[in-house]
Parts: sequence; C-alpha cells; structure tokens
Amino acid sequence: MTNVSIIGVGQTKVKEHWDTSLRHLAWYAIEAALDDAHTTDIDAVFVGNMLGGELSKQNHLGALVADFAGLRGVEAIRIEAADASGGAAFRQAVLAVESGLVQTALVVGVEKMTEEMGAPATAALSTALDADYETIHGLTLAGMGALLMRRYMHEYGVDVSDFAGFSVNAHANGALNPLAMYRNRLKPERFAAAPQVAEPVSLFDMAPGGDGAAAVIVTRHERALDMVPQPVRVAGSALATDTLALHDRKDVLWLAAAERSAKQAMIQAGISPEDVDLFELHDSFTVMAALSLEACGFAARGEGWRLARDGEIGRNGRIPVSTFGGLKARGNPAGATGVYQIVEVALQLRGQAGDCQVPDARIGMAQNLGGSGATAVTHILRVD
Amino acid sequence: MEVSRHWRLQTQRYSLVGETCDTCGVKLFPPRDVCLECEAPAKELYTFTGVGEIFSYTTIYEAPAGFEHTTPYMIALIKLEEGPLVTAQLTDVDQEEVYVGMPVEMVTRKLRTEGEEGVIIYGYKFRPAVETAVQ
Repeated sequence: MTNVSIIGVGQTKVKEHWDTSLRHLAWYAIEAALDDAHTTDIDAVFVGNMLGGELSKQNHLGALVADFAGLRGVEAIRIEAADASGGAAFRQAVLAVESGLVQTALVVGVEKMTEEMGAPATAALSTALDADYETIHGLTLAGMGALLMRRYMHEYGVDVSDFAGFSVNAHANGALNPLAMYRNRLKPERFAAAPQVAEPVSLFDMAPGGDGAAAVIVTRHERALDMVPQPVRVAGSALATDTLALHDRKDVLWLAAAERSAKQAMIQAGISPEDVDLFELHDSFTVMAALSLEACGFAARGEGWRLARDGEIGRNGRIPVSTFGGLKARGNPAGATGVYQIVEVALQLRGQAGDCQVPDARIGMAQNLGGSGATAVTHILRVD
Repeated sequence: MEVSRHWRLQTQRYSLVGETCDTCGVKLFPPRDVCLECEAPAKELYTFTGVGEIFSYTTIYEAPAGFEHTTPYMIALIKLEEGPLVTAQLTDVDQEEVYVGMPVEMVTRKLRTEGEEGVIIYGYKFRPAVETAVQ
C-alpha cells in the first residue's frame, strides 16, 4: 500500500478535436481536475504524451503545459513510454509524492492525434516499435498486433470470431459513456466482416486513435482525507519492461512485463486477482486484451479469449473490463490513455461512474501497455 | 537523408550477420552484444544461413509513410533454423499460399526508397524455399 491518494480527476471527450490545440486539451482536463479537488496548490506536473514531437511538432511539454495551466514556475516534465506514457506519468507522480519531496502532484495525459492523418500518422505511431529491425520492414502497430493474433489463433486453435466478445463488450459500455469516441453498439455477426487493417486485425479489433486529455491530482493520504470526501488510495504501483520487438522474445505469446508489473502491484496491495472488482486493461487490439488477462492471472495461458466469449467481462461479470468503453470504444489517445484508465477506475470506486457503474466496486486495477507490451504499468486503486 | 543510420547496418541487412554467445552458444539476430539467454557478452560474429520457417504473418493494408505505395504487403516473423526469430517482409509469394510453418529462405531486395534524391535501402526479405517451390 502506498501513502498516496487521488483527490481530483478530469477528462475531455475523446474525439477529433479539430478546433482544439494540444495545450488547450491539456488545460481542459487540468481545469476539471483542479475543480474536482478544490485546490490550485500543485507542486509538480507530469505530462504523459507520446506524439507531440511527431504530430504537433511540439516537444518540451512539461513547461508548455504548466505555463498554460496557470502553474508557471512549478516543476514539470513530460514522460514518454509510447502508448504507456499516461500510466508511466501517473507512476512518476505516485513516486514523487511517496518520496515526500513533492506534496501534491498533477498528472495530465494529452494526445493530439489528428494533426496528421493516414500514412504519416501510422508512421508516427509505429515509432513505438523497433526502428532498425521492425519499422524499416514496414511493420506498424496493427501489424504487430496481427502477428500476435495469428500466432495466438494457430497455437490455441481459435478463430477471428472468438475475439469478438472484447469489442462487443467495449462498445456496449462505450454506448453508456458520454465521453466515449464511439457510442454505437457492435453486432457480433458484423465483427468478422470488418475491413482489414493488418490481417487478421480488422477495424473492429483495433482501438481507434483520437484526441483527448485526462488529468489526476494526487497527494499524501492523510492530507487527502482533510481535502476531499472520497480519496481513492493508490494501493499498488509498478512498471516493468520487456523487449521492444516481438522477435527478441523467447515466448512471443506471453506478456512478461504485464505479468511482472501486475504481480508487483498486487503484492504491494496485498490482493490476488479474485479480489479485483474491475480491470481497465489495454485493449489496443483484442488479442492484447486476451494476453493481458492471461499475464495478470485472470485466465490461464491460452484461455483469455474465453472470458470474452462467456460474458465474464461485462459489468456484472466475474471481471468487468473496459467499463467506460476501453481503448476500443472510449478511444485510444495514445499517451493520454493510461491517465483515462486511472480516472475511470477512480470514478468507479467513488460510485460516480453513472450508467457505466460496476456494482459495489472497491478495488480496481488499471494496466497500460506500450506498443507490444514492452512497457507495462499496473496500478491498483481502492477505497475503504 | 538518413544515410549513416542505414549504412551502419549493412552487414546485417545484406548478409544476415548476427552474433553467437561464447558462454551458452545461443545465436543472436539482430546482434545485441549481450546474450538474450544467459546475459553474458556475445560479440563473436555469426553469419546465418537465411533458412527458416514462418512463425506468424500478416498482410498490411494501412501502411506507414514510405510504404503507402506498396500495399498490400506481407510481413512475417521467421523462425531461423539456428533459433532466433526475425521480422521481415515476404516476397515472391501469393497471400493465399502462406501458412505457419512454411519453409522460407532469405533474399536481398529493396526495402524502401526515400524519394527521388534519397538513398535506396536494401535488405533481407524472405521467399518460399526454392526446393519447396519446385515440388
């Protein structure tokens, strides 16, 4: 158990924000989080962002965002770990407060993905992979997901349609989330007929990129108790790494970093998988959802897909996942995604999830993966 | 222009030169100087035969910049006969013919160009093994 608690959360809708800049998106989420925490007393800012340099031609986001949010002068830095940037930034805030050197830290995940479309945007996202040995051959993130999915299907004898349950569940929950990018329901029979992105990964397997920002404010727990009625405790926090390239892994179908970070976070929290009331996992591709469930101990090896098929991941199921739509329906604003996950788990534990509410949620887990799972950040939050 | 970035990888790209671990004998491609298996130094050069089989594969329809004019194209994880996996494009094969376990061999092909003025980057791709194609 850490001595860190969440006192404020904020988020924007995920969509194509044509009229909103990177700095404005960040500010809208920060403003909402400051309002939620009833404070403007921030000692450090951690910005989770993957593509500012690639797509907005803007690095140096720590100082930019702090200044624009009215926090000029405050310590601020950008954290980059591909699409795990948001989770990694939250982890840095937890470390800062836990160390005692920072009293109150603000995390904002922000991504402005629609500054470029098509091939340049795909190339920017592909920088999560190994440039010299993967992307030089034309591999994309979707291609990476496809290599995993094809091998998974081959080794475990499953079909494309066996992955449908993940996307159907995500869209069913996204339909109830006013901030989700896609609020349409998905018919299972439509799943296998979706246009291919990187066969066998289709549009319905792959989470859509979108613009968005989410923010979280953390402080020491005893202080949090005086500041807000419902602080959400960070019970476990861990980040682990693996090889960037799939070809460097001895066991391609095992997300070793996801397993390692989940185990460490659960040990800190003093819980096991059956204690988790909901799990915001990294469903960048349906196969990543299956592999994450397996690596974190919610399913045996090769069995993760069964949880989706058997309806165990719904809001009333054994392990609810993607409760606000997940990356698939809420949308995947790359470096902001990990902070959205933390906001969503916090709202569930406060009982403020609206139509997306999981009944009696007290312990929630969020896992943010970078690229192939080369970075895995796991957080466990709880309320008493 | 990214000349030095590609020039420094030429022996790997043209000849599949990797490394072997003095301690446990594991062969490494791409070379990484530290053994993936036992973490001992592994700096002795080793030239792979370029023979292997398909471990997994995909067809890319939405390509990154630099590859958008060549879609659809196939990328595979190849299991080399010496052990390592390598990521590469498949060539000289129809999409419908490819399967997990298909024997393949390395060939040298153009990977991409960088516009009219830029360098042409060559490197390894894999095609169906010739003896298989003849059968």
